[in-house]
Amino acid sequence: METLERIIASHSFVQGLEEKYIELIVGCAANVRFEPEQFVCREGEEADNFFLIRHGKIALEIFMPERGATVIETLGENEILGWSWFFPPYRWHFDAKAIELTRAIAFDGKCLRRKCEENHDLGYELAKRFAAMLMERLQATRLRLLDLFHSKGAKLDYWGLT
Amino acid sequence: MDPFLTIPFVIQRVKKETSDTVTLEISRPDDRVKTHSPAGSAFSFLPGQFNMLYVLGIGEIPVSISGDPNHPEKLFHTVRKVGAVSIALSLMEKGDRIGIRGPFGNPWPVNKAQGMDLLLMAGGIGLAPIRPVLYQVFPERDRYNRIGLLYGTRAPEDILYESEIKQWRSKFDLEVLVTVDRAAGDWKGNTGVVTTLISKVSFDPDRTLVMICGPEVMMRFSCLELQKKGVKPENIFVSMERNMKCSVGFCGHCQFGPWFVCKDGPIFSYDQVKDWIGKREI
Repeated sequence: METLERIIASHSFVQGLEEKYIELIVGCAANVRFEPEQFVCREGEEADNFFLIRHGKIALEIFMPERGATVIETLGENEILGWSWFFPPYRWHFDAKAIELTRAIAFDGKCLRRKCEENHDLGYELAKRFAAMLMERLQATRLRLLDLFHSKGAKLDYWGLT
Repeated sequence: MDPFLTIPFVIQRVKKETSDTVTLEISRPDDRVKTHSPAGSAFSFLPGQFNMLYVLGIGEIPVSISGDPNHPEKLFHTVRKVGAVSIALSLMEKGDRIGIRGPFGNPWPVNKAQGMDLLLMAGGIGLAPIRPVLYQVFPERDRYNRIGLLYGTRAPEDILYESEIKQWRSKFDLEVLVTVDRAAGDWKGNTGVVTTLISKVSFDPDRTLVMICGPEVMMRFSCLELQKKGVKPENIFVSMERNMKCSVGFCGHCQFGPWFVCKDGPIFSYDQVKDWIGKREI
């Protein structure tokens, strides 16, 4: 049977993380599963954990009056849900909902923050990983801000655009 | 063959794909030999090539061929309503006539992908020039290893060839991942930029050939992401877009660094264009 430690070690987020740190964080981890349509977290609630997604798909949503729920991003296998646990005021900024059966490793944010305070090397390793993820998501968000596929943005005539 | 000679073709069918995009099925008039090109020889084209479509009294635009190269007697062009000519094309009805010159440009290196993994990436209407590649590889599917199609578009209602994509998924050994920039809460697919799909698909970076067509920014970022994954620049091909007018390299409108996109392209390896793509004023 696969141990929790081994499952965590196989996730791309912890790739390259020394075994001693994995041993440290495994105490804050638990296996979780979410059924389709089940909310993982709600905007404004206390962000007391983050998730390494093993299988499935989770949608980050925001609810807008008169427009309803809008999907901002979907996250799947080998991706991470949640960084609000790392930064005050530790509140979720969006809703997250499973859109298919999802299995993940949930980390207790308070437990992990305490361990990071006690062991700054571990904190630095985690901070590097979260910073890389934030950079990737920021770049992707910037690309989407360009609204590349909007017809108003097309000015050239190739591919039948004029 | 006179590349400037426009030959009349007849609209056989206009299929509405999305709110602003239609696919035109056209063929030679009945009084001509259907399988002949404007030059009088057998009309054939290769995936990635384009025709110049002329609407009488309005103008001419280059449009990629989106149909099956194995059945060139039926020409398909997918057109998005953006300017005067494309709007006029979208308003065409069965029996209307348009002028055609072509086919022009170089093709996707489909045969080079034999024995390799083939990854196709498309953004928006960029799926149109990619579709002939799939038509060509499906009958000889076993000559290719894994085939993946990564497609990004604006919203679920903007997905091109939606029913066909479903067929491709079920009928052929093809991994298809679609993502949209924005979606309502009932959307069950992926939301995010197309580059995020690269890490969700399986391929051997050393033995993968990639073909990308979409907005230039999307292609640039896709190339960077693919290189991070270990795909060689010489195995990444992009379809460039510039202001093509004559289509044979005379007028110079589509100059792109040392090339004319109409004549030397539109397909280039990333190796060829990496020093030019993304440079201002090029």
